[in-house]
Amino acid sequence: MHKLLLDQPGKEMLVLGNEAIARGAIEAGVACATTYPGTPSSELSLAFFQMAKESDLYFEYSTNEKVALEVAAATANAGIRSMCVMKHVGVNVAADALMTLAYIGVKGGLVILTADDPFMFSSQNEQDNRYYGKMAGLCVLEPSTLPEAKEMVKYAFDLSEKLGEPVIMRTTTRINHSTGAITLGEITQPNTKGSFTKDPFNLVAIPAVSRRLHTRLLQRMAVAEKITDETEFNFVEGGGSLGVVVNGVSYNYVCDALKDLGVADKVSILRIGFSNPMPLKKVTEFLKGKEKILVAEEGEPFMEEAIRSMAQEVGCIIPIKGKGPELFSREGEFDPAGVRRAIANFFGFPIKPAGSLDLSDLPVIPARPPNLCAGCTHRAVFYEVKKAAGDMEIMHPTDIGCYTLGVLPPLSSADFLICMGSSVSTGCGFSKFIDQKVVTYIGDSTFFHSGIPGLVNAVHNDHNLTMVILDNGTTAMTGHQPNPGVDREAMGQEGFHRISIENVVRGLGVESITVIKPYKVQKSIEAIQEALAFKGVSVIIAQEICPLYAKALKRPARKPFRITDKCKDHRVCVDALGCPAMFVENNKVAIKPSACTGCAVCAQVCPEHAIVPIRD
Amino acid sequence: MDPVRLIIVAVGGQGNLLTARVLGEAALASGIPVHMSEIHGMAQRGGVVESAIVFGDAQSSIISDAEADILLGFEPAETLRALNRCNKNTVVITNTSPLPPFTAAIGKGVYPPLDQMLELISAKTARLVAFDALKLAHEANNPLGLNMVLLGALIRTGMIPISAETARQAIQDSTKKAFLESNLKAFDLGYEAAA
Repeated sequence: MHKLLLDQPGKEMLVLGNEAIARGAIEAGVACATTYPGTPSSELSLAFFQMAKESDLYFEYSTNEKVALEVAAATANAGIRSMCVMKHVGVNVAADALMTLAYIGVKGGLVILTADDPFMFSSQNEQDNRYYGKMAGLCVLEPSTLPEAKEMVKYAFDLSEKLGEPVIMRTTTRINHSTGAITLGEITQPNTKGSFTKDPFNLVAIPAVSRRLHTRLLQRMAVAEKITDETEFNFVEGGGSLGVVVNGVSYNYVCDALKDLGVADKVSILRIGFSNPMPLKKVTEFLKGKEKILVAEEGEPFMEEAIRSMAQEVGCIIPIKGKGPELFSREGEFDPAGVRRAIANFFGFPIKPAGSLDLSDLPVIPARPPNLCAGCTHRAVFYEVKKAAGDMEIMHPTDIGCYTLGVLPPLSSADFLICMGSSVSTGCGFSKFIDQKVVTYIGDSTFFHSGIPGLVNAVHNDHNLTMVILDNGTTAMTGHQPNPGVDREAMGQEGFHRISIENVVRGLGVESITVIKPYKVQKSIEAIQEALAFKGVSVIIAQEICPLYAKALKRPARKPFRITDKCKDHRVCVDALGCPAMFVENNKVAIKPSACTGCAVCAQVCPEHAIVPIRD
Repeated sequence: MDPVRLIIVAVGGQGNLLTARVLGEAALASGIPVHMSEIHGMAQRGGVVESAIVFGDAQSSIISDAEADILLGFEPAETLRALNRCNKNTVVITNTSPLPPFTAAIGKGVYPPLDQMLELISAKTARLVAFDALKLAHEANNPLGLNMVLLGALIRTGMIPISAETARQAIQDSTKKAFLESNLKAFDLGYEAAA
């Protein structure tokens, strides 16, 4: 049995933050969960994926976040408790649905989990998704600890049903990817029987209906304004004439800092766990009798601006600060020492100097950037496209996935990237006005996620570009989740239809379609040359399973390769491919057999044919 | 209990997340509050994996620069790179068997000499425990048992109030049965090495 399905109330368990949230949903009786995978939320979806196999929970990896939210919007409107999980930038994709879903509302509880990523450990930006709550008119909840995250999910479902609106739960990486103890609570049996009663003048967002629904949404927000003032998720701690207002994980840093500085009796804390709408009464009460207020929040000055405006309303003119040169940054994530320093600086508390070591005499340590895996199929394609291009100057709009790592030398196969699906659409724009040939890269999951509309655009407007679809049969970057092109039977799952990328591309009317097997180097180069020469939209589909995924599926391993005496030290293999299975020893290239996956690409690149499989 | 802050640095694939997991379970079993955090976005792509574990009465799950009480390094150059997390009172435990980054491995960057690295770490911190943990893992007949060797060494320093017995029990509860015996052997070898 999945550990998060254990029906043992009172049991203490060490879990990842994402698991604590999943357990909270189970305790709340969630019956439907949808997602598009994205770090730092991926393990939450994985927990649902696994639990769905052994419980009544319906779970799906949806095509993208917008689809995931629309599926969940429907299930919630059929009275089913639903959860929709995504990373912060996923909400941008889902935003169109989100804004009007706020007008339509829900019947069963709907909790939207957005996992924000301050410092961008694995993201392209560090946007602060609390603003989505403000823009859409939805409540936003933010936990500070793992036990609280679990309880908050349950509260979020109740709140959602009380207001008839989706509720946004916003976490940050340090909630999702921290580990701690939770205490299991009672599991609520999910209601899995949905129903729908026709009510088009409340459920079909045409202008006349939406005008009324907007009024209703504002009324619901007014109710939420009362709730946020009453909820225990917004609480005051300690006493003293100095005040700190804090949300999320920063609360822990503030508590530790006050203790370390020995000033816990001088500073009161207002911890905000229900951050949209902000609690007017609680904030203005907190301001009373305070000398100054420090607002500790990662990201944007969301609370700071709200508090200053609330202060203005009650004529309070004490200093209220948060973001500033000596205080907090809008960039990156906080840490305990930084928070301690800001508190000491702002309130004038003495602080011990940091015990940093003098590291000026350290030698240069070679960097350890992440690299495409040994045997990665993308590496072969990048090499082959370069070879096929010859003297032709190429620019590469790329996309989001493992292949983004192709930005690093020696592959250097990424020139422009903004978001999921942008490779082919930005390729349309570039190809219209620049001299270089445009060759775009996108993975299979990202192709389904948002690459198809860009390709439709390219075909319809007759742009001149080559789109390379790197089909490695899985969503590799986030941990091998399925996507619509994946063979679910190989995963031991029945009842799914596999969608052929080639058929999709053909159906869109692309005239030049080339399918390559990237481990066959020369053949692939020749095929790519033809595709590059085509005027108009050409599509290359590179089909080869991700070697990590093949290993996970227990596919038979290929024999590793070795370098023979024929090696004349051209180093084409190392210089062109940058495969991490290779290393240089005593000035000779060698291959680590334990790392080599036997893809044989280096063997085909070697001008001396000096690389051969190891025979038993 | 006053907080004890431990940072573990490793290269993807060395198994430090399991070490952290075992330590967490052992702390829970010992009634010690524990908060952990990890950054492992690129673990399978050869990047650096870092775990922070805070034992005792603190609420933060991450550790600021210069504030680690213990640094446990799975790879000597990564241990050196993480010295900014240490202060003069930090105890450092490191494996001495190098795993050069790819750039250095293909001759495009110089991997610092081991002696120099160990000297620097030793001179700047309170205590250095350095030994070839990979060799001991092989001795335990478990090349993947590097993480258990280093766990044994960590427990031996006595910096964390977790007994060897509790740690061994947590290994039994958290690791695969097929590797149990060799994991425990690896743990014991590490425990002896740090005497």
